[in-house]
Amino acid sequence: MTSNPETTSPRGPAVDTSTAPKPRGIGNGARSRRDAQPVAAGAAAKQTARLARGLVLPGMTFTILLTQIPFVVTIVFSFLRWNQLRPDEIRFTGWDNYAVVFTRPEFLSSLGATVIITGSAVLLSLVFGLFLAVLLDRKFRGRGLARTLAITPFLVMPAAAALVWKWLMLDSNVGMVNWSLGLLGIDPVQWNTNFPLVTIVAVLVWQYTPFMMLILMAGLQSQGGDVLEAAAVDGAGPARIFWSLTLPHLRPYAEIATLLGSIMLLQVFDPIAIMTKGTGGTKTLSYLLYERAFIGLDIGQAAAFGVIAVIVTIGVAMIALRSTFSIFVEGKVR
Amino acid sequence: MMLTRIWRHKAAPAGLAVGALALALTACSSSGDAGGGAGGDVKLTIATVNNPQMQDMEELKSHFEEDNPGITVEFVTMEEGDLRAAVTADVASGAGQYDIVTVGAYEVPQWGAQDWLLDLTESLEGDAAYDVDDILPPLRDALSVDGKQYAVPFYGESSILMYNKAMFAEAGIEISNNPTWQEVAEYAAVLDTDEHAGICLRGKPGWGDLFAPLTTVVQTFGGNWYDENWDAQVNSPEFVEGVEFYVDLLTEHGQADPVSYSFTECLNLLSSGKVAMWYDASVAASILEDPEASEVAGQMGYTHAPVYKTEESGWLWSWNLAIPKTTKNPEAATTFVKWATSKEYHQLVGEELGWTRVPPGARTSTYSIPEYQEAAAAFAPITLEVMESVNPEQPGVDPQPWVGIQYVPIPEFQDVGNQVAQLVADAIAGRTTVQDALDRGQDIAQTAGDLQK
Repeated sequence: MTSNPETTSPRGPAVDTSTAPKPRGIGNGARSRRDAQPVAAGAAAKQTARLARGLVLPGMTFTILLTQIPFVVTIVFSFLRWNQLRPDEIRFTGWDNYAVVFTRPEFLSSLGATVIITGSAVLLSLVFGLFLAVLLDRKFRGRGLARTLAITPFLVMPAAAALVWKWLMLDSNVGMVNWSLGLLGIDPVQWNTNFPLVTIVAVLVWQYTPFMMLILMAGLQSQGGDVLEAAAVDGAGPARIFWSLTLPHLRPYAEIATLLGSIMLLQVFDPIAIMTKGTGGTKTLSYLLYERAFIGLDIGQAAAFGVIAVIVTIGVAMIALRSTFSIFVEGKVR
Repeated sequence: MMLTRIWRHKAAPAGLAVGALALALTACSSSGDAGGGAGGDVKLTIATVNNPQMQDMEELKSHFEEDNPGITVEFVTMEEGDLRAAVTADVASGAGQYDIVTVGAYEVPQWGAQDWLLDLTESLEGDAAYDVDDILPPLRDALSVDGKQYAVPFYGESSILMYNKAMFAEAGIEISNNPTWQEVAEYAAVLDTDEHAGICLRGKPGWGDLFAPLTTVVQTFGGNWYDENWDAQVNSPEFVEGVEFYVDLLTEHGQADPVSYSFTECLNLLSSGKVAMWYDASVAASILEDPEASEVAGQMGYTHAPVYKTEESGWLWSWNLAIPKTTKNPEAATTFVKWATSKEYHQLVGEELGWTRVPPGARTSTYSIPEYQEAAAAFAPITLEVMESVNPEQPGVDPQPWVGIQYVPIPEFQDVGNQVAQLVADAIAGRTTVQDALDRGQDIAQTAGDLQK
């Protein structure tokens, strides 16, 4: 939201490197990184900066109000003893709710589940996405149709996707997966009962592979044909070209894809609610929060879980962003 | 909870032959009510769950509006989970958005005790034509607190054992009308073949999914959630024995992938003839007997819920209409609630929409309507028989400090039931043992029990 004014503002030293990653990462790749080297700053540049800040201000204020007020309210709630079905017993309870968060085993186990589910789903869909992107980047008849079909899973609503997988794919009675396994002479697998984690990750990978593919395909298309041609002339084989030229070129795209994918997958809820109900290591933080708030009806405890979850997420995100993501590391030039 | 999602029998547009029964309906509407609200037209907002019976009520609301000029009724239909959240928030905060709410049997006694619902005792008993004594007595017990009735059942259900007669005949098994769980386990072992499973039981974690049938099993095995002092009994030997029996039966002779299965899933399996028995809500029978929805229509037999140490083990559940205290139109709302739960309404549904669609398990007299007896011959007698014989005051072996079967009407129960159900699901999948799961469940249940003391 706030990055919009910035992306349209004239390029200059005032544009903070860390706030304008998207246009550069996705739009025109490595070239702009060099242009954005700080130039000598004059009075005009300062004025531009002031204007830029002024333009950003309304959006910033709006965003801060919109995101921080609910967060502050959540913090207040987290200090209350408040079960929705006991409205006459709402009172300040100090750190009790936080004590529950840290003394009961739910929090750590669901933090672990979140990391495992998000991590494996992001990685797998990135790999599959890369594979599809490379395939669909080639010229062949019906490519448009193939691309549209490949993108479709991402456009399906998460709840609908979970239902499709539950009934059409993984159902022990009429599901296609067990039917196919049966053709190979393999006994039907009780997916949801015995492999809940695999079930959830499979649905997520199916949904997010197209997303990764889209971003990586944009990366592939921005790669200049002349470079590839030159490499071929120099005698590099297709594997070498892919490994030494294409993959490094795709790195910022893969980073953006990983980042956005992680943000979206951290909040995953639908397949868990529809398929596993949080059993077998699939109780992610978002599902745990839902349980505390809407099944436990315990607003205070849910808020405390939420606050801690936010703190942990911010901590992890800061470390991850600053260390691994080249696009966020200031001044880092490859 | 029991009926998270029932198949709509069919879309059946059933043209409304308006006015055919209008005369019969005037009995329950006193003329003064209509203008009683704000001196003018009254709009009632009713929050309901998206079950077929409720959708039928919406379809027929024009009959009510014709008989009560000045009152219009607006339906807000939601998924069960959403309804519970929306109504709880509305009622608890006193927002007064709804004039009539659909409330499960679990919430009525709690909300009644909280003083959130209008006490309907007087207006029901004072109306001879309404005949409040016709309502099934166990339901009235479950919906009353200290003799005050806070809601009226719209339809009710118990749990029964459903079995495929053809499969039983093939295996040469005769089943009695009151089987024991041990017998059912034996039959399941025999009937468990490559073509079909022996029995379908719910395994999906959730207090209203897995624990609806499982609590009745635990209770007939002599266990219960709490004793009379609200001390948790979740890892008592009887509770553990009941759960172990259920888990063993399910994993050895039950349907594949049990953790995915609840009411809807079992219904699908049964109606496609892939399983021999099913222990679940009695309303399932009406769907299994519908030739358009089921391949086994006419082949099913029904018995009382299997037992072990008790005489009966069926649960008791109802969806009820209640009036939040925050309503601005109590008179008009009462009129509507009485209309929708009256004998005349059951006649109206039968004649307008078909006799199998009459709300079951609410009124005794419904079961003596000749057309209903004929249309619902397969399952009506057993439903009434079971519903009249269950005892919500003491369903188990030992006395309990609450009224209700298969749930404990305390705010914490859905949370406790849910968490313990997840632990039991882990035991079903073999990730833990029943004993370990219930040892952890005991702590969860005790925390909630302590709050009741």
